[in-house]
Amino acid sequence: MLRLNLLLLGALAACALALVTSQHQARKLYVELQKEQELAKQLEVEWGQLQLEASTWATHARVEKLATRMLGMRVPPASHVQVVPPAAPGGRP
Amino acid sequence: MSPVAHPELALKLPAWRSRLLLLALLTWFAALALRALYLQGLHNDFLQQKGESRYSRVIELTATRGRIVDRNNEPLAISTPVESVAASPADVEITPQQEKRLARLLEMDAGELRKKFADTQREFVYLKRQLPPDDAARVVALGIPGVFLQREYRRYYPAGEVTAHLIGITDVDGRGREALELAFEQELAGRAGNRRVIKDRLGHIVEDMESIRAPQHGRTLALSIDARIQYLAYRELKAAVAAHRARAGGIVVLDAATGEVLAMANVPSFNPNNRDRFDPQRARNRAVTDLFEPGSTLKPFTAAAALEAGTVRPESVIQTAPGQFAVGNRVIHDAHPQSALTVAQVIQKSSNIGAAKMALDLKPETLWSLFHQVGFGVPPRSGFPGEVSGRLRAAASWRPIEQATLSYGHGISVSLLQLARAYLIFATDGELWPAVLVRREAPAEATRVISASTAQAVRRMLEMVVEPGGTAPRAQVAGYRVAGKTGTAHKLEGKGYASDKFVSSFVGFAPASGPRLVVAVMIDEPAAGQHTGGAVAAPVFSAVMAGALRALGVPPDAPVNSVMPPPDAQEIKEEV
Repeated sequence: MLRLNLLLLGALAACALALVTSQHQARKLYVELQKEQELAKQLEVEWGQLQLEASTWATHARVEKLATRMLGMRVPPASHVQVVPPAAPGGRP
Repeated sequence: MSPVAHPELALKLPAWRSRLLLLALLTWFAALALRALYLQGLHNDFLQQKGESRYSRVIELTATRGRIVDRNNEPLAISTPVESVAASPADVEITPQQEKRLARLLEMDAGELRKKFADTQREFVYLKRQLPPDDAARVVALGIPGVFLQREYRRYYPAGEVTAHLIGITDVDGRGREALELAFEQELAGRAGNRRVIKDRLGHIVEDMESIRAPQHGRTLALSIDARIQYLAYRELKAAVAAHRARAGGIVVLDAATGEVLAMANVPSFNPNNRDRFDPQRARNRAVTDLFEPGSTLKPFTAAAALEAGTVRPESVIQTAPGQFAVGNRVIHDAHPQSALTVAQVIQKSSNIGAAKMALDLKPETLWSLFHQVGFGVPPRSGFPGEVSGRLRAAASWRPIEQATLSYGHGISVSLLQLARAYLIFATDGELWPAVLVRREAPAEATRVISASTAQAVRRMLEMVVEPGGTAPRAQVAGYRVAGKTGTAHKLEGKGYASDKFVSSFVGFAPASGPRLVVAVMIDEPAAGQHTGGAVAAPVFSAVMAGALRALGVPPDAPVNSVMPPPDAQEIKEEV
C-alpha cells in the first residue's frame, strides 16, 4: 500500500514538473511567435514603403522628364515612324 | 496495584455537552462548505473577472486601409505608418530649454506648445500629427517625460495630381473624404479587431487568451484605370488647357470592348499628398459631376435615330441652302452655308440645318427614346459619388424649335462620362455597356440600342469627319483609321448664350475597323483665339489616342505610313 502511494506521489511530482516546463515552453514559444509577427508586420510596412518608393521613382512624369532632359530623348514625329506589320506566318512578308 | 479510579474520571458529565460540541463543529464545517460553494460556484464569475483584470488586457489590433491599384496592379494609393507626437499634459515635465527645442523640431510656436501642456485636465493631446520618421526619432531623443509617439497611418498617392480627382483623398484620421476613397470607404477601411492577452509586470505579452474579434484589413481595390493612359491623358489635357488658356478641361478614355474607364482626368488638378492646401473647387471630378451642353457631338445620335426610324438613308440628300432655316419664330443658321448635303455630309460638315431637318421628320418620342437609351438624363451609375444624371426634358413638352436645337446638342446637358459612354453604341455595333471605374472580372451584359447596320453606317460618317473636308482632320492618328465628332457650343450664361464663351469637345474612337478605345475630350472656355472642337479638342484626342493605342499594342489598321499632315485649308469650321 505504501509503495503504491509512493509511486503515485512520484508520478504526481513528475506530472507537475512537466506541466510547469511545458507552460514555460509555451510562453517562450509565444514570445517568439510575437516577435515573428511583429517582424512580419514591419516587413509588410516596409514592403508598402518600398512599393511607394518604387512607384514614386517610376512616376511617368519623372521618367519622361529624365528621358528628355538627361538623355535628350524625344517622341519621334509621326513622319519618322515606320510601322512594320507582323510577317505572315511561315513565310516572308 | 489496582487501578485506582481517578476521582475526576469517575465524574459523570451530562451527555448534551459533547453533543453540543459536535454540533458546533459540524455547524462550523457546514458554514465553510457553504462559503466555499458560494465562492466557487455562485460568485465565481465575478471573482474570476476581478482576478483576470489584474493580469489580462484587451489590446486593439488596427486594420490597415486597403490599397488602390490600377488594372495592372500599379499602386495609386498606399497607406504607410507615420508617427504623431502626442503628450499627456499631466505627466509632462519639461524645462524651458527643452520646450524651445521641441517647438523648433515640431515647427510650432513655443507659446502654442505651452498652451497645450497647460491643459492638464486632458489625458491626451496631439502636438503634431504625421511627422516624417526622422523628425519623430529626434523628438523621442529629447527624452521628455509625458511626450510620446503615436503610430498612425498616412495615405500616399504616388501618381499625385494625375489621379487626384479620381482617387480623392482621406481625412487626417484615414477616412475617405472624396471621390473613390469615399465611395469605397466600406471595403477600403476594413475593421479593427481586438484580442485578450496576459501581460506580465513589464508589459510584455506572455500569453494569448482569446481573439475577441479578428481584425479585417481593408480590401485592395483594383480600378479599371490604366496608369499609363491616365498619365498620357492628363499630360495632353494639361498642355492643351494651358495652350488655349482655357478655364478647365476633362478627358475620358473608355475601353470599347467592356465599357471600363481606362482614364479620366481633369484640369485644373490638385496635389492629394498635401492636404493642407486642399481646395474643394479644384477637387471636383468635372468629367462626372459637371454638366455641359454637348453641341454638335450629339448630331450622330440624331442621324442614328433617323436611320433607325427609316426616314433617311446615309446617302439621302438634305437641302441646307441657303444657310438659314426658320422653325417657328426662330431661325437656325449654318455659318458656312452649303447646298444639298447627304446625311453623311451633314455629319462630316456638322450642319445644324441638316440635323434639325432630320430631327423634325421624327416623332419627338423616337428621338427622346434614343437619347434616353444611350444614357442622357439617366445617372450613369459608375459608382462615383456625386455623379450627375444631366437634363433631358420629356418628349411631350418639346416645342418644334426645341426638338430642332436638341438635334445638334442644345437644350440638353450631359456629363463628359455620359457622352463618352453613349459613343460606345457606334464603337460596338449598337451595344451599350455600363461604364465602370472598377476592374471588371466578368464580362458585363450589354444592351442593344441600335441595329448593327445603323451603327456601322454612322461609324463610316464619323470616319469622314476626320478626313479632309471634315471638321476635324487634326484628330487623325498615323497608322490608324479614326472616327469621331467635334462639338463647339456657346456657354450658357444667365438666361442666354454667351457669344464669346465656348465649350469645345471631341468624341471619337479608333481603330475604326474594330474600335478598341473611345476618347472624349472637353475644353471649357478656350481663350487663345481658337475655339472650335476641331482645333482645340481634336489634337488632344489624336495625341492621347495615338499613345494609348501604342501602349495597348493595337495593330494599325490604316495603310501603313499613310500620314496625312493636318491640312488646315481643308478643315471645315464647326457650326456653333
